[in-house]
Amino acid sequence: MRIIKSEDITTAVTNLCLPAAVKLPDDVMKALRDGAVMEESPLGKSILNQVVLNGEIARNESRPICQDTGYAVIFAEIGQECFVEGSTIEAAIQQGIRDGYKAGYLRKSIVDDPLFDRKNSTDNTPAVIHLSTVPGDKITIVLAPKGGGSENMSKINMMKPSDGEEGVFKFVVDSVIHAGGNPCPPTIVGVGIGGTFEKCAEMAKRSLLREVGSVHPDPRYAALEKRILDEINRSGVGPQGLGGTVTALAVHISTYPCHIAQMPVAVNLNCHAARHAEVTI
Amino acid sequence: MAISITTPITIEKVRQLKAGDEVLISGEILTGRDAAHKRLVTLVNEGKPLPVELKDATIYFVGPTPARPGEVIGSAGPTTSYRMDAYSPILIEKCGLTGMIGKGERDESVVSAMKEFGAVYFAAIGGAGALIAQSITAAEVICYEDLGPEAIHRLTVKDFPVVVAQDSFGNSLFESGPAMYRK
Repeated sequence: MRIIKSEDITTAVTNLCLPAAVKLPDDVMKALRDGAVMEESPLGKSILNQVVLNGEIARNESRPICQDTGYAVIFAEIGQECFVEGSTIEAAIQQGIRDGYKAGYLRKSIVDDPLFDRKNSTDNTPAVIHLSTVPGDKITIVLAPKGGGSENMSKINMMKPSDGEEGVFKFVVDSVIHAGGNPCPPTIVGVGIGGTFEKCAEMAKRSLLREVGSVHPDPRYAALEKRILDEINRSGVGPQGLGGTVTALAVHISTYPCHIAQMPVAVNLNCHAARHAEVTI
Repeated sequence: MAISITTPITIEKVRQLKAGDEVLISGEILTGRDAAHKRLVTLVNEGKPLPVELKDATIYFVGPTPARPGEVIGSAGPTTSYRMDAYSPILIEKCGLTGMIGKGERDESVVSAMKEFGAVYFAAIGGAGALIAQSITAAEVICYEDLGPEAIHRLTVKDFPVVVAQDSFGNSLFESGPAMYRK
C-alpha cells in the first residue's frame, strides 16, 4: 500500500491547469497543419494558418490558446494500492483547479446556479470528475478543459437497434453539419455508441482524448469513422463554418455493451483547441 | 486585399460592406456577452438609460481571460453569437448598434434588423484568442464589473482581422461559403 498525501494531488492538478490551457497537444497541432495544407478554400486556408500561428504564440508566450479556458473536466485513474491521506480525492482535485485557474490567470467560466442566479463561482470550480480504479499504486489525472461553444453542440439520441449503421452515420453527420460554425470547426467528433444514457455521453467525451490520427482497433468501426469523417468534410461547412473542405479533423468512436432494447448514440464535439494535459503521481 | 475601417461604423460604412469582405477594424469597440446583453435589453425595455452609448457602436462578443501583470488583456477570441440573437435586434433597432463581432451564424430576427436599420455582423476566428489579443492595444472595464469576464469593456483595437459574415443586405457567408465547397 502506497500512501499519497491529498496535498500532492492538489499540487499536481494545480500544475496541470496552465499547460492544459496554453499547449495544444502535438497530434492536434499536426492535424491543424495538415488541414491548412489540404483546405481548398483560400479563406479557410487563411483561417487555419492563423489557428496554427495562434497555437504557436500560445505555446511560446504561455498564453491561453482560447479565452474560454473551459469547464475543468477530470478523468482520474486511481491505482487500488494507493491510500490517500487527508481530504478526499475529489476535494483535493477541486482545490487544485481553484489554485491553478487563479495562478494561471485563466478565465473563470462557471456559474453556481444554472437557472436562477447564474452567479460566477469566481474560481472555476466545481470541476466535473470521473474516477475509476486501476491496478497498481499510481494515480493518473487528465485535465481536459472543455469550451462552452463546442459543448453546446452536443447531441444524444436514444436510437433503435434497427436504425443500424446507417442510422448512426446519418445522426452523427447531421449533428456536425447542423452545428455549422458554432463549435469552432475544424472539430474533433467524439461519438459514444451503446451503454446507457449517461454512459454513452461520457464515452463521447472521453473519445475526444484519443490521439488524432490513431486508427480504431476494430476495422468495422475504423471504416465507419472514416466514412463519417469523409462525409462531414464533403459538407462544405469548413473552418469556422465559412466554407471549405476541412470541417472535422477526426471522428473517434467508443462503444460499450447495451440493453437489448436500445442503441444510444452521443455526439460530443471538441473545437480545434482540443486541449488536455496529463500527470501521473 | 483587406478593407481597413475605423470605428464608429456609420450606416454609410455598413452599407458598403458585403459578405465575404476581409476587414481590419481599428478604433474603439465594446465587449459584451450573454449576461451584459440581458442587462442592457432589460434597461431598454424598461425605458431606462444605458450605462454605455450604443449609437454607431460595435460590440465584440468576448469574455477575455484575465490580463497578467504588464499585459493589456488576456486571450480574447470571439464567443458563439447565436446566444445574443434574442437581444441584438433590440439593440440595433432601439439603440442604433451598427456592428457586431462574434463567431457562428445569426438567426433571421437579427438579419431582418440588420437589413432594416443598417448593421453588419463580422466573424472573428474562434479559438484564436492569443493571436487576436495582439491587435488589442488598450482595455478598460466600463460597467458591470461584477460579471467578471462578462463585464462590458471598452477595447482599442488596431487592425483587428475579421470577415463580413452577414451583411446588411441579407447575404450570408455561412450560406454562400459552404455552398461553394459542398461535394
